[in-house]
Amino acid sequence: MAANVKVMRRPELTFWEKTYLPQILSGLKITSAHFFRNLFLHAAHSVGLLKHIPAAVTFQYPEILRPLAMRFRGRHRLTVRDEGTPRCVGCMLCETVCPAKCITIVAGEHPDPNVEKYPVRFDIDLGVCVYCGYCVEVCPEDAIRMDTGIVDIAAYSRGAMQLDIHELMNPKLRKPLTEQNCTLKFPHECRLTPGHVKGDWNQVYGDTQSAPK
Amino acid sequence: MEDLVIKLVLAGIMFFGVLNLAGLHTWIERKQSAVMQDRIGANRADILGFTVLGLFHPIADAVKMFTKEDIVPEGADRVLHTLAPFFSVFFALVAFAGIPFGDHVVWGDRVIDLQVAKLDAALLYIFAMLSLGVYGVILAGFASRNNYALLGGLRATAQMISYEIALGIAIIGVILVYGTLDLQELVRGQGTYLAGGWIPLWGIVVQPVAFFVFLTAALAETKRVPFDLPEGESEIIGYFVEYSGMKFGMFFLADFLETILVACLTTTLFFGGWQVPYLMPDGFHFPWGATIPLSQWTYVLLGVASFSVKVLAFCWLFMQIRWTLPRFRYDQLMRLGWLGLFPISVVNVFVTALVLTFF
Repeated sequence: MAANVKVMRRPELTFWEKTYLPQILSGLKITSAHFFRNLFLHAAHSVGLLKHIPAAVTFQYPEILRPLAMRFRGRHRLTVRDEGTPRCVGCMLCETVCPAKCITIVAGEHPDPNVEKYPVRFDIDLGVCVYCGYCVEVCPEDAIRMDTGIVDIAAYSRGAMQLDIHELMNPKLRKPLTEQNCTLKFPHECRLTPGHVKGDWNQVYGDTQSAPK
Repeated sequence: MEDLVIKLVLAGIMFFGVLNLAGLHTWIERKQSAVMQDRIGANRADILGFTVLGLFHPIADAVKMFTKEDIVPEGADRVLHTLAPFFSVFFALVAFAGIPFGDHVVWGDRVIDLQVAKLDAALLYIFAMLSLGVYGVILAGFASRNNYALLGGLRATAQMISYEIALGIAIIGVILVYGTLDLQELVRGQGTYLAGGWIPLWGIVVQPVAFFVFLTAALAETKRVPFDLPEGESEIIGYFVEYSGMKFGMFFLADFLETILVACLTTTLFFGGWQVPYLMPDGFHFPWGATIPLSQWTYVLLGVASFSVKVLAFCWLFMQIRWTLPRFRYDQLMRLGWLGLFPISVVNVFVTALVLTFF
Protein backbone atom coordinates (compact mmCIF):
# COMPACT_ATOMS: atom_id res chain seq x y z
CA MET A 1 0.00 0.00 0.00
CA ALA A 2 1.35 3.39 -0.91
CA ALA A 3 2.58 5.47 1.99
CA ASN A 4 0.19 8.33 1.49
CA VAL A 5 -2.97 6.25 1.54
CA LYS A 6 -4.99 7.07 4.59
CA VAL A 7 -7.42 4.39 5.68
CA MET A 8 -10.65 5.85 7.00
CA ARG A 9 -12.33 3.45 9.37
CA ARG A 10 -16.08 3.66 9.75
CA PRO A 11 -16.55 5.17 13.22
CA GLU A 12 -17.94 2.73 15.74
CA LEU A 13 -21.29 3.82 17.14
CA THR A 14 -21.66 3.84 20.88
CA PHE A 15 -24.41 1.80 22.43
CA TRP A 16 -26.51 4.89 22.98
CA GLU A 17 -26.16 5.85 19.33
CA LYS A 18 -27.01 2.32 18.20
CA THR A 19 -30.43 2.64 19.78
CA TYR A 20 -31.15 5.43 17.24
CA LEU A 21 -32.85 7.34 20.06
CA PRO A 22 -30.52 10.39 20.30
CA GLN A 23 -30.74 11.06 16.58
CA ILE A 24 -34.50 10.53 16.52
CA LEU A 25 -34.90 12.91 19.42
CA SER A 26 -32.65 15.58 17.93
CA GLY A 27 -34.53 15.26 14.64
CA LEU A 28 -37.83 15.61 16.42
CA LYS A 29 -36.43 18.61 18.27
CA ILE A 30 -35.66 20.40 15.01
CA THR A 31 -38.98 19.63 13.35
CA SER A 32 -40.97 20.41 16.49
CA ALA A 33 -39.14 23.71 16.93
CA HIS A 34 -40.14 24.67 13.39
CA PHE A 35 -43.67 23.40 13.96
CA PHE A 36 -44.33 25.38 17.12
CA ARG A 37 -42.56 28.51 15.86
CA ASN A 38 -44.62 28.52 12.67
CA LEU A 39 -47.81 27.59 14.50
CA PHE A 40 -47.30 30.54 16.84
CA LEU A 41 -46.58 32.87 13.92
CA HIS A 42 -49.59 31.66 11.92
CA ALA A 43 -51.77 32.24 14.96
CA ALA A 44 -50.27 35.70 15.45
CA HIS A 45 -50.76 36.53 11.76
CA SER A 46 -54.41 35.52 11.92
CA VAL A 47 -55.02 38.24 14.51
CA GLY A 48 -52.84 40.73 12.66
CA LEU A 49 -49.70 40.58 14.82
CA LEU A 50 -46.05 40.04 13.83
CA LYS A 51 -46.87 40.30 10.17
CA HIS A 52 -43.29 41.28 9.37
CA ILE A 53 -41.97 37.84 10.41
CA PRO A 54 -43.00 35.31 7.76
CA ALA A 55 -44.20 31.92 8.96
CA ALA A 56 -43.61 30.23 5.63
CA VAL A 57 -40.96 30.60 2.98
CA THR A 58 -43.47 29.90 0.21
CA PHE A 59 -45.28 32.50 -1.91
CA GLN A 60 -49.01 32.18 -2.53
CA TYR A 61 -48.34 32.22 -6.24
CA PRO A 62 -51.17 33.65 -8.28
CA GLU A 63 -51.81 36.38 -5.71
CA ILE A 64 -48.22 37.06 -4.67
CA LEU A 65 -45.40 36.83 -7.20
CA ARG A 66 -41.86 36.05 -6.25
CA PRO A 67 -39.50 38.98 -6.84
CA LEU A 68 -37.72 38.45 -10.14
CA ALA A 69 -34.06 39.11 -10.81
CA MET A 70 -33.30 42.28 -12.80
CA ARG A 71 -31.91 40.23 -15.68
CA PHE A 72 -34.81 37.76 -15.72
CA ARG A 73 -35.95 37.02 -19.26
CA GLY A 74 -39.73 36.86 -19.42
CA ARG A 75 -42.22 37.55 -22.18
CA HIS A 76 -40.98 39.89 -24.92
CA ARG A 77 -42.19 43.38 -25.64
CA LEU A 78 -41.52 45.89 -28.39
CA THR A 79 -40.51 49.29 -27.11
CA VAL A 80 -42.53 52.22 -28.39
CA ARG A 81 -41.68 55.72 -29.63
CA ASP A 82 -43.43 58.78 -28.21
CA GLU A 83 -45.96 58.85 -30.99
CA GLY A 84 -46.97 55.21 -30.47
CA THR A 85 -45.03 53.48 -33.22
CA PRO A 86 -42.54 50.69 -32.57
CA ARG A 87 -38.87 51.59 -32.21
CA CYS A 88 -38.14 48.60 -34.39
CA VAL A 89 -36.60 49.53 -37.75
CA GLY A 90 -37.15 46.13 -39.32
CA CYS A 91 -33.43 45.36 -39.68
CA MET A 92 -34.08 41.61 -39.30
CA LEU A 93 -31.10 41.15 -36.94
CA CYS A 94 -33.22 39.45 -34.27
CA GLU A 95 -34.93 37.23 -36.81
CA THR A 96 -31.52 36.26 -38.13
CA VAL A 97 -29.87 35.61 -34.78
CA CYS A 98 -32.80 33.72 -33.29
CA PRO A 99 -31.61 30.13 -32.76
CA ALA A 100 -35.16 28.85 -32.52
CA LYS A 101 -36.36 30.79 -35.58
CA CYS A 102 -39.45 31.92 -33.74
CA ILE A 103 -39.48 35.55 -34.96
CA THR A 104 -41.22 36.57 -38.15
CA ILE A 105 -40.86 40.17 -39.38
CA VAL A 106 -42.37 41.76 -42.43
CA ALA A 107 -40.81 45.17 -42.94
CA GLY A 108 -42.56 48.15 -44.48
CA GLU A 109 -41.48 51.62 -45.57
CA HIS A 110 -41.48 54.27 -42.88
CA PRO A 111 -42.40 57.83 -43.96
CA ASP A 112 -39.41 59.19 -42.00
CA PRO A 113 -36.32 58.81 -44.25
CA ASN A 114 -34.09 58.62 -41.15
CA VAL A 115 -35.95 55.52 -40.00
CA GLU A 116 -36.43 53.93 -43.42
CA LYS A 117 -38.22 50.76 -42.27
CA TYR A 118 -40.63 49.56 -39.63
CA PRO A 119 -42.36 46.21 -38.97
CA VAL A 120 -45.69 45.78 -40.69
CA ARG A 121 -45.83 42.47 -38.98
CA PHE A 122 -43.83 41.25 -35.97
CA ASP A 123 -44.66 37.76 -34.65
CA ILE A 124 -42.99 35.68 -31.97
CA ASP A 125 -44.01 32.08 -31.48
CA LEU A 126 -43.50 31.55 -27.74
CA GLY A 127 -44.10 27.84 -28.18
CA VAL A 128 -40.82 27.74 -30.11
CA CYS A 129 -38.89 30.48 -28.30
CA VAL A 130 -36.07 29.28 -26.05
CA TYR A 131 -35.82 32.55 -24.09
CA CYS A 132 -32.12 32.90 -24.86
CA GLY A 133 -32.35 36.68 -25.07
CA TYR A 134 -30.22 36.94 -28.23
CA CYS A 135 -32.87 39.11 -29.88
CA VAL A 136 -32.52 41.62 -27.06
CA GLU A 137 -28.72 41.51 -27.22
CA VAL A 138 -28.55 41.97 -30.95
CA CYS A 139 -31.06 44.79 -31.35
CA PRO A 140 -29.30 48.02 -32.32
CA GLU A 141 -32.37 50.15 -31.53
CA ASP A 142 -33.28 48.78 -28.07
CA ALA A 143 -36.58 47.91 -29.74
CA ILE A 144 -37.16 44.51 -28.15
CA ARG A 145 -36.87 43.71 -24.48
CA MET A 146 -37.75 40.76 -22.26
CA ASP A 147 -38.43 42.78 -19.12
CA THR A 148 -42.21 42.42 -18.80
CA GLY A 149 -41.83 40.06 -15.83
CA ILE A 150 -44.59 37.89 -17.28
CA VAL A 151 -43.81 34.30 -16.35
CA ASP A 152 -47.17 32.56 -16.64
CA ILE A 153 -46.86 31.89 -20.36
CA ALA A 154 -49.16 28.98 -20.92
CA ALA A 155 -51.96 28.20 -23.32
CA TYR A 156 -54.25 25.41 -24.36
CA SER A 157 -53.16 25.49 -28.00
CA ARG A 158 -50.07 26.19 -30.06
CA GLY A 159 -51.91 28.99 -31.81
CA ALA A 160 -52.50 30.77 -28.53
CA MET A 161 -48.74 30.82 -27.92
CA GLN A 162 -48.16 33.00 -30.99
CA LEU A 163 -47.82 36.66 -30.17
CA ASP A 164 -48.34 39.30 -32.81
CA ILE A 165 -47.50 42.98 -32.86
CA HIS A 166 -50.49 43.96 -30.71
CA GLU A 167 -49.45 41.84 -27.78
CA LEU A 168 -45.78 42.64 -28.22
CA MET A 169 -46.41 46.38 -28.09
CA ASN A 170 -48.90 46.11 -25.25
CA PRO A 171 -47.85 43.34 -22.82
CA LYS A 172 -51.05 43.82 -20.82
CA LEU A 173 -53.08 42.24 -23.63
CA ARG A 174 -54.02 38.64 -23.02
CA LYS A 175 -55.68 36.18 -25.36
CA PRO A 176 -58.34 35.88 -26.61
CA LEU A 177 -58.08 39.19 -28.45
CA THR A 178 -60.83 40.90 -30.41
CA GLU A 179 -60.79 43.72 -32.94
CA GLN A 180 -61.42 46.17 -30.13
CA ASN A 181 -57.96 45.34 -28.73
CA CYS A 182 -56.31 46.89 -31.81
CA THR A 183 -55.17 50.40 -30.85
CA LEU A 184 -52.33 50.62 -33.37
CA LYS A 185 -52.60 53.60 -35.74
CA PHE A 186 -49.71 52.94 -38.14
CA PRO A 187 -50.28 50.57 -41.08
CA HIS A 188 -49.85 47.00 -39.93
CA GLU A 189 -51.00 43.55 -40.95
CA CYS A 190 -53.70 43.27 -38.34
CA ARG A 191 -54.20 39.63 -37.49
CA LEU A 192 -57.21 40.53 -35.38
CA THR A 193 -59.03 41.38 -38.63
CA PRO A 194 -57.74 38.58 -40.84
CA GLY A 195 -56.00 39.60 -44.02
CA HIS A 196 -56.43 43.34 -43.65
CA VAL A 197 -53.76 45.94 -43.43
CA LYS A 198 -55.11 48.44 -40.96
CA GLY A 199 -53.98 51.89 -39.96
CA ASP A 200 -52.60 54.93 -41.72
CA TRP A 201 -49.60 57.16 -41.10
CA ASN A 202 -52.01 60.12 -41.18
CA GLN A 203 -53.49 58.88 -37.96
CA VAL A 204 -50.03 58.94 -36.40
CA TYR A 205 -48.72 62.27 -37.69
CA GLY A 206 -52.00 64.17 -38.25
CA ASP A 207 -51.56 64.50 -42.06
CA THR A 208 -48.82 63.63 -44.51
CA GLN A 209 -47.70 67.27 -44.84
CA SER A 210 -46.61 67.50 -41.22
CA ALA A 211 -45.01 64.10 -41.25
CA PRO A 212 -41.23 64.16 -40.83
CA LYS A 213 -39.56 64.30 -44.19
CA MET B 1 -83.74 -3.52 24.44
CA GLU B 2 -82.42 -0.61 26.47
CA ASP B 3 -79.02 -2.27 26.62
CA LEU B 4 -79.01 -2.44 22.86
CA VAL B 5 -79.85 1.23 22.54
CA ILE B 6 -77.11 2.17 25.01
CA LYS B 7 -74.56 0.05 23.16
CA LEU B 8 -75.64 1.52 19.85
CA VAL B 9 -75.22 5.03 21.24
CA LEU B 10 -71.76 4.17 22.58
CA ALA B 11 -70.77 2.61 19.27
CA GLY B 12 -72.14 5.68 17.49
CA ILE B 13 -70.06 8.03 19.64
CA MET B 14 -66.93 5.95 19.05
CA PHE B 15 -67.55 5.69 15.30
CA PHE B 16 -68.32 9.36 14.99
CA GLY B 17 -65.15 10.35 16.79
CA VAL B 18 -62.86 7.85 15.14
CA LEU B 19 -64.07 8.21 11.56
CA ASN B 20 -64.06 11.99 11.75
CA LEU B 21 -60.59 11.98 13.22
CA ALA B 22 -59.45 9.62 10.46
CA GLY B 23 -60.92 11.93 7.84
CA LEU B 24 -59.29 14.90 9.52
CA HIS B 25 -55.98 13.07 9.46
CA THR B 26 -55.65 13.83 5.76
CA TRP B 27 -55.90 17.48 6.71
CA ILE B 28 -53.62 17.09 9.74
CA GLU B 29 -51.06 15.29 7.62
CA ARG B 30 -50.95 18.03 5.02
CA LYS B 31 -51.05 20.95 7.41
CA GLN B 32 -48.69 19.58 10.03
CA SER B 33 -46.07 18.61 7.49
CA ALA B 34 -46.46 22.02 5.87
CA VAL B 35 -46.07 23.92 9.13
CA MET B 36 -43.05 21.82 10.06
CA GLN B 37 -41.43 22.53 6.72
CA ASP B 38 -42.11 26.29 6.68
CA ARG B 39 -44.88 25.92 4.13
CA ILE B 40 -48.59 26.82 4.14
CA GLY B 41 -50.20 23.56 3.10
CA ALA B 42 -53.41 22.86 1.23
CA ASN B 43 -55.59 25.97 1.55
CA ARG B 44 -57.42 26.40 -1.77
CA ALA B 45 -60.58 24.27 -1.57
CA ASP B 46 -63.38 26.65 -0.76
CA ILE B 47 -67.13 26.62 -0.31
CA LEU B 48 -68.68 29.99 -1.24
CA GLY B 49 -65.32 31.65 -0.82
CA PHE B 50 -64.62 30.29 2.63
CA THR B 51 -61.51 28.15 2.94
CA VAL B 52 -61.34 27.68 6.76
CA LEU B 53 -57.65 26.74 6.88
CA GLY B 54 -58.10 24.20 4.11
CA LEU B 55 -60.55 22.13 6.15
CA PHE B 56 -62.64 21.47 3.03
CA HIS B 57 -59.83 19.50 1.44
CA PRO B 58 -60.84 16.23 3.16
CA ILE B 59 -64.33 16.72 1.66
CA ALA B 60 -62.85 17.43 -1.75
CA ASP B 61 -60.67 14.34 -1.32
CA ALA B 62 -63.68 12.20 -0.50
CA VAL B 63 -65.59 13.50 -3.52
CA LYS B 64 -62.58 12.81 -5.70
CA MET B 65 -62.11 9.29 -4.33
CA PHE B 66 -65.77 8.38 -4.81
CA THR B 67 -66.01 9.71 -8.34
CA LYS B 68 -62.76 8.29 -9.63
CA GLU B 69 -62.80 5.32 -11.97
CA ASP B 70 -62.51 2.03 -10.15
CA ILE B 71 -60.10 -0.20 -12.03
CA VAL B 72 -59.79 -3.92 -11.44
CA PRO B 73 -56.78 -5.23 -13.34
CA GLU B 74 -57.29 -7.87 -15.99
CA GLY B 75 -56.73 -11.34 -14.59
CA ALA B 76 -57.13 -10.17 -11.00
CA ASP B 77 -59.34 -12.07 -8.61
CA ARG B 78 -62.35 -9.76 -8.65
CA VAL B 79 -63.85 -10.95 -5.37
CA LEU B 80 -60.66 -10.87 -3.33
CA HIS B 81 -59.56 -7.65 -4.99
CA THR B 82 -62.77 -6.01 -3.84
CA LEU B 83 -62.75 -7.69 -0.45
CA ALA B 84 -59.20 -6.72 0.56
CA PRO B 85 -59.78 -3.01 1.32
CA PHE B 86 -62.95 -3.90 3.22
CA PHE B 87 -60.95 -6.31 5.36
CA SER B 88 -58.40 -3.64 6.12
CA VAL B 89 -60.96 -1.06 7.19
CA PHE B 90 -63.25 -3.53 8.96
CA PHE B 91 -60.62 -4.98 11.28
CA ALA B 92 -59.17 -1.56 12.00
CA LEU B 93 -62.64 -0.28 12.92
CA VAL B 94 -63.92 -3.16 15.05
CA ALA B 95 -60.78 -3.06 17.17
CA PHE B 96 -61.98 0.25 18.60
CA ALA B 97 -64.83 -1.56 20.35
CA GLY B 98 -62.43 -2.64 23.07
CA ILE B 99 -61.07 0.83 23.87
CA PRO B 100 -62.50 2.40 27.04
CA PHE B 101 -62.90 6.12 26.50
CA GLY B 102 -64.30 7.07 29.89
CA ASP B 103 -65.14 5.85 33.37
CA HIS B 104 -68.54 4.28 34.06
CA VAL B 105 -71.64 6.42 34.30
CA VAL B 106 -74.25 5.64 36.93
CA TRP B 107 -77.63 6.36 35.34
CA GLY B 108 -80.63 5.34 37.42
CA ASP B 109 -79.86 1.81 38.58
CA ARG B 110 -77.62 1.22 35.58
CA VAL B 111 -73.84 1.31 35.48
CA ILE B 112 -72.72 2.09 31.95
CA ASP B 113 -69.07 1.59 31.14
CA LEU B 114 -67.93 4.00 28.45
CA GLN B 115 -66.56 1.20 26.32
CA VAL B 116 -68.40 -0.19 23.32
CA ALA B 117 -67.79 -3.85 24.11
CA LYS B 118 -67.09 -4.65 27.73
CA LEU B 119 -64.80 -7.62 27.28
CA ASP B 120 -62.78 -9.35 29.98
CA ALA B 121 -60.01 -9.88 27.45
CA ALA B 122 -60.36 -6.62 25.54
CA LEU B 123 -56.62 -6.39 25.07
CA LEU B 124 -56.44 -9.81 23.42
CA TYR B 125 -59.43 -8.91 21.27
CA ILE B 126 -57.77 -5.73 20.02
CA PHE B 127 -54.55 -7.54 19.24
CA ALA B 128 -56.46 -10.27 17.45
CA MET B 129 -58.15 -7.64 15.27
CA LEU B 130 -54.85 -5.88 14.64
CA SER B 131 -53.36 -9.19 13.51
CA LEU B 132 -56.28 -9.95 11.24
CA GLY B 133 -55.71 -6.60 9.56
CA VAL B 134 -52.75 -8.17 7.79
CA TYR B 135 -55.19 -10.25 5.74
CA GLY B 136 -56.40 -7.14 3.94
CA VAL B 137 -52.84 -6.32 3.03
CA ILE B 138 -51.78 -9.75 1.84
CA LEU B 139 -55.04 -10.26 -0.05
CA ALA B 140 -54.58 -6.91 -1.78
CA GLY B 141 -51.12 -7.91 -2.88
CA PHE B 142 -52.19 -11.40 -3.90
CA ALA B 143 -55.44 -10.56 -5.69
CA SER B 144 -54.00 -7.73 -7.78
CA ARG B 145 -52.09 -10.14 -10.00
CA ASN B 146 -49.18 -7.78 -10.04
CA ASN B 147 -45.77 -8.98 -8.95
CA TYR B 148 -44.88 -5.68 -7.36
CA ALA B 149 -48.10 -5.65 -5.39
CA LEU B 150 -47.46 -9.23 -4.28
CA LEU B 151 -43.95 -8.35 -3.16
CA GLY B 152 -45.34 -5.36 -1.29
CA GLY B 153 -47.91 -7.57 0.37
CA LEU B 154 -45.23 -10.05 1.41
CA ARG B 155 -43.06 -7.27 2.78
CA ALA B 156 -46.03 -5.99 4.74
CA THR B 157 -46.84 -9.43 6.10
CA ALA B 158 -43.28 -10.13 7.16
CA GLN B 159 -43.04 -6.74 8.82
CA MET B 160 -46.36 -6.92 10.63
CA ILE B 161 -45.79 -10.46 11.90
CA SER B 162 -42.28 -9.62 13.07
CA TYR B 163 -43.34 -6.56 14.98
CA GLU B 164 -46.49 -8.10 16.38
CA ILE B 165 -44.30 -10.39 18.47
CA ALA B 166 -42.38 -7.51 20.04
CA LEU B 167 -45.68 -5.66 20.43
CA GLY B 168 -47.35 -8.58 22.19
CA ILE B 169 -44.44 -9.28 24.51
CA ALA B 170 -44.03 -5.61 25.38
CA ILE B 171 -47.55 -5.39 26.77
CA ILE B 172 -47.09 -8.55 28.87
CA GLY B 173 -45.08 -6.37 31.25
CA VAL B 174 -48.04 -4.02 31.59
CA ILE B 175 -50.44 -6.92 32.07
CA LEU B 176 -48.19 -8.34 34.79
CA VAL B 177 -48.10 -5.05 36.66
CA TYR B 178 -51.84 -4.38 36.59
CA GLY B 179 -52.91 -8.04 36.62
CA THR B 180 -55.77 -7.75 34.13
CA LEU B 181 -56.58 -8.03 30.44
CA ASP B 182 -59.70 -5.93 30.85
CA LEU B 183 -58.75 -2.50 29.55
CA GLN B 184 -61.29 -0.72 31.73
CA GLU B 185 -59.80 -2.37 34.83
CA LEU B 186 -56.33 -1.67 33.52
CA VAL B 187 -57.11 2.03 33.28
CA ARG B 188 -58.65 2.02 36.76
CA GLY B 189 -55.48 0.36 38.00
CA GLN B 190 -53.56 3.37 36.74
CA GLY B 191 -55.52 5.63 39.09
CA THR B 192 -53.33 4.93 42.11
CA TYR B 193 -50.41 7.10 43.15
CA LEU B 194 -46.78 6.71 44.09
CA ALA B 195 -44.43 8.83 46.18
CA GLY B 196 -46.95 10.15 48.66
CA GLY B 197 -49.61 10.72 46.03
CA TRP B 198 -47.48 12.85 43.72
CA ILE B 199 -46.79 10.53 40.80
CA PRO B 200 -49.75 8.78 39.15
CA LEU B 201 -49.03 5.08 38.63
CA TRP B 202 -49.36 5.21 34.87
CA GLY B 203 -47.92 2.55 32.60
CA ILE B 204 -45.09 4.82 31.47
CA VAL B 205 -43.91 5.16 35.10
CA VAL B 206 -43.77 1.44 35.85
CA GLN B 207 -42.95 0.16 32.36
CA PRO B 208 -40.84 2.77 30.54
CA VAL B 209 -38.93 0.17 28.51
CA ALA B 210 -42.11 -1.53 27.45
CA PHE B 211 -43.42 1.88 26.40
CA PHE B 212 -40.57 2.50 23.98
CA VAL B 213 -40.72 -1.03 22.58
CA PHE B 214 -44.49 -0.78 22.22
CA LEU B 215 -44.33 2.63 20.58
CA THR B 216 -41.75 1.50 18.03
CA ALA B 217 -43.50 -1.77 17.24
CA ALA B 218 -46.87 -0.06 17.06
CA LEU B 219 -45.53 2.52 14.63
CA ALA B 220 -44.27 -0.36 12.51
CA GLU B 221 -47.76 -1.88 12.64
CA THR B 222 -49.28 1.27 11.19
CA LYS B 223 -47.10 0.87 8.06
CA ARG B 224 -46.20 4.53 7.94
CA VAL B 225 -42.82 6.21 7.62
CA PRO B 226 -40.23 5.25 8.94
CA PHE B 227 -41.70 1.76 8.59
CA ASP B 228 -43.47 2.26 5.26
CA LEU B 229 -41.66 -0.45 3.33
CA PRO B 230 -44.95 -2.18 2.47
CA GLU B 231 -46.13 0.99 0.74
CA GLY B 232 -43.08 3.00 -0.29
CA GLU B 233 -45.23 5.33 -2.39
CA SER B 234 -42.31 7.11 -3.96
CA GLU B 235 -40.31 4.23 -5.36
CA ILE B 236 -40.71 0.61 -4.22
CA ILE B 237 -44.51 0.61 -4.73
CA GLY B 238 -46.53 -1.52 -2.40
CA TYR B 239 -49.50 -3.77 -2.11
CA PHE B 240 -52.16 -1.25 -3.19
CA VAL B 241 -50.53 -0.27 -6.47
CA GLU B 242 -53.44 -1.77 -8.43
CA TYR B 243 -56.13 0.05 -6.46
CA SER B 244 -57.87 3.22 -7.46
CA GLY B 245 -60.77 5.33 -6.36
CA MET B 246 -62.39 4.67 -3.01
CA LYS B 247 -60.81 1.21 -2.70
CA PHE B 248 -57.47 2.93 -2.52
CA GLY B 249 -59.08 5.47 -0.22
CA MET B 250 -60.10 2.66 2.11
CA PHE B 251 -56.51 1.50 2.44
CA PHE B 252 -55.61 5.07 3.16
CA LEU B 253 -58.38 5.27 5.73
CA ALA B 254 -57.26 1.98 7.29
CA ASP B 255 -53.79 3.47 7.68
CA PHE B 256 -55.15 6.46 9.54
CA LEU B 257 -57.50 4.28 11.59
CA GLU B 258 -54.56 2.14 12.65
CA THR B 259 -52.63 5.25 13.63
CA ILE B 260 -55.54 6.37 15.78
CA LEU B 261 -55.94 2.87 17.22
CA VAL B 262 -52.28 2.80 18.18
CA ALA B 263 -52.63 6.25 19.74
CA CYS B 264 -55.66 4.98 21.72
CA LEU B 265 -53.76 1.86 22.82
CA THR B 266 -50.69 3.83 23.88
CA THR B 267 -52.90 6.18 25.84
CA THR B 268 -54.81 3.34 27.46
CA LEU B 269 -51.83 1.17 28.32
CA PHE B 270 -49.19 3.72 29.25
CA PHE B 271 -50.77 7.11 29.82
CA GLY B 272 -53.65 6.36 32.10
CA GLY B 273 -56.44 6.21 29.50
CA TRP B 274 -59.19 8.51 30.71
CA GLN B 275 -57.45 9.21 34.01
CA VAL B 276 -56.81 12.81 34.90
CA PRO B 277 -54.02 13.25 37.44
CA TYR B 278 -55.37 13.67 40.98
CA LEU B 279 -59.00 13.33 39.80
CA MET B 280 -61.04 10.84 41.84
CA PRO B 281 -64.70 10.00 41.15
CA ASP B 282 -65.78 12.69 43.63
CA GLY B 283 -63.43 15.44 42.48
CA PHE B 284 -59.81 16.55 42.58
CA HIS B 285 -57.65 15.44 45.52
CA PHE B 286 -54.32 17.19 45.17
CA PRO B 287 -51.32 15.73 46.99
CA TRP B 288 -50.79 19.02 48.85
CA GLY B 289 -54.16 18.56 50.48
CA ALA B 290 -56.49 20.76 48.42
CA THR B 291 -59.70 19.23 47.09
CA ILE B 292 -62.20 20.39 44.45
CA PRO B 293 -65.47 18.45 44.58
CA LEU B 294 -67.06 17.71 41.19
CA SER B 295 -70.34 16.18 40.08
CA GLN B 296 -70.38 12.76 38.48
CA TRP B 297 -71.03 14.09 34.97
CA THR B 298 -68.20 16.61 35.19
CA TYR B 299 -65.90 13.82 36.32
CA VAL B 300 -66.90 11.55 33.42
CA LEU B 301 -66.68 14.33 30.85
CA LEU B 302 -63.28 15.38 32.16
CA GLY B 303 -62.20 11.77 31.75
CA VAL B 304 -63.44 11.60 28.14
CA ALA B 305 -61.77 14.94 27.41
CA SER B 306 -58.54 13.73 28.97
CA PHE B 307 -58.63 10.58 26.82
CA SER B 308 -59.30 12.60 23.66
CA VAL B 309 -56.52 15.07 24.39
CA LYS B 310 -54.03 12.28 25.02
CA VAL B 311 -55.05 10.48 21.83
CA LEU B 312 -54.73 13.69 19.84
CA ALA B 313 -51.32 14.35 21.37
CA PHE B 314 -50.15 10.91 20.26
CA CYS B 315 -51.60 11.41 16.81
CA TRP B 316 -49.56 14.61 16.68
CA LEU B 317 -46.43 12.77 17.84
CA PHE B 318 -46.87 9.99 15.29
CA MET B 319 -47.37 12.54 12.53
CA GLN B 320 -44.30 14.41 13.70
CA ILE B 321 -42.25 11.20 13.64
CA ARG B 322 -43.66 10.35 10.23
CA TRP B 323 -42.46 13.65 8.78
CA THR B 324 -39.12 13.66 10.59
CA LEU B 325 -37.53 10.27 9.98
CA PRO B 326 -36.41 8.66 6.74
CA ARG B 327 -37.39 5.10 5.88
CA PHE B 328 -35.58 2.07 7.25
CA ARG B 329 -33.79 -0.32 4.97
CA TYR B 330 -35.43 -3.75 5.00
CA ASP B 331 -32.52 -5.51 6.73
CA GLN B 332 -32.39 -2.72 9.31
CA LEU B 333 -36.10 -3.14 9.87
CA MET B 334 -35.81 -6.88 10.47
CA ARG B 335 -32.71 -6.45 12.62
CA LEU B 336 -34.44 -3.83 14.76
CA GLY B 337 -37.48 -6.04 15.17
CA TRP B 338 -35.84 -9.38 15.88
CA LEU B 339 -32.48 -8.44 17.40
CA GLY B 340 -33.52 -5.20 19.07
CA LEU B 341 -37.09 -4.99 20.22
CA PHE B 342 -37.77 -8.72 20.69
CA PRO B 343 -34.93 -9.44 23.19
CA ILE B 344 -35.52 -6.16 25.00
CA SER B 345 -39.20 -6.94 25.48
CA VAL B 346 -38.42 -10.49 26.69
CA VAL B 347 -35.87 -9.20 29.21
CA ASN B 348 -38.40 -6.59 30.28
CA VAL B 349 -40.99 -9.28 30.97
CA PHE B 350 -38.45 -11.31 32.97
CA VAL B 351 -37.33 -8.36 35.05
CA THR B 352 -40.92 -7.31 35.67
CA ALA B 353 -41.89 -10.81 36.70
CA LEU B 354 -38.88 -11.08 39.07
CA VAL B 355 -39.58 -7.71 40.64
CA LEU B 356 -43.26 -8.56 41.09
CA THR B 357 -42.44 -11.95 42.60
CA PHE B 358 -39.79 -10.85 45.09
CA PHE B 359 -40.89 -7.38 46.13
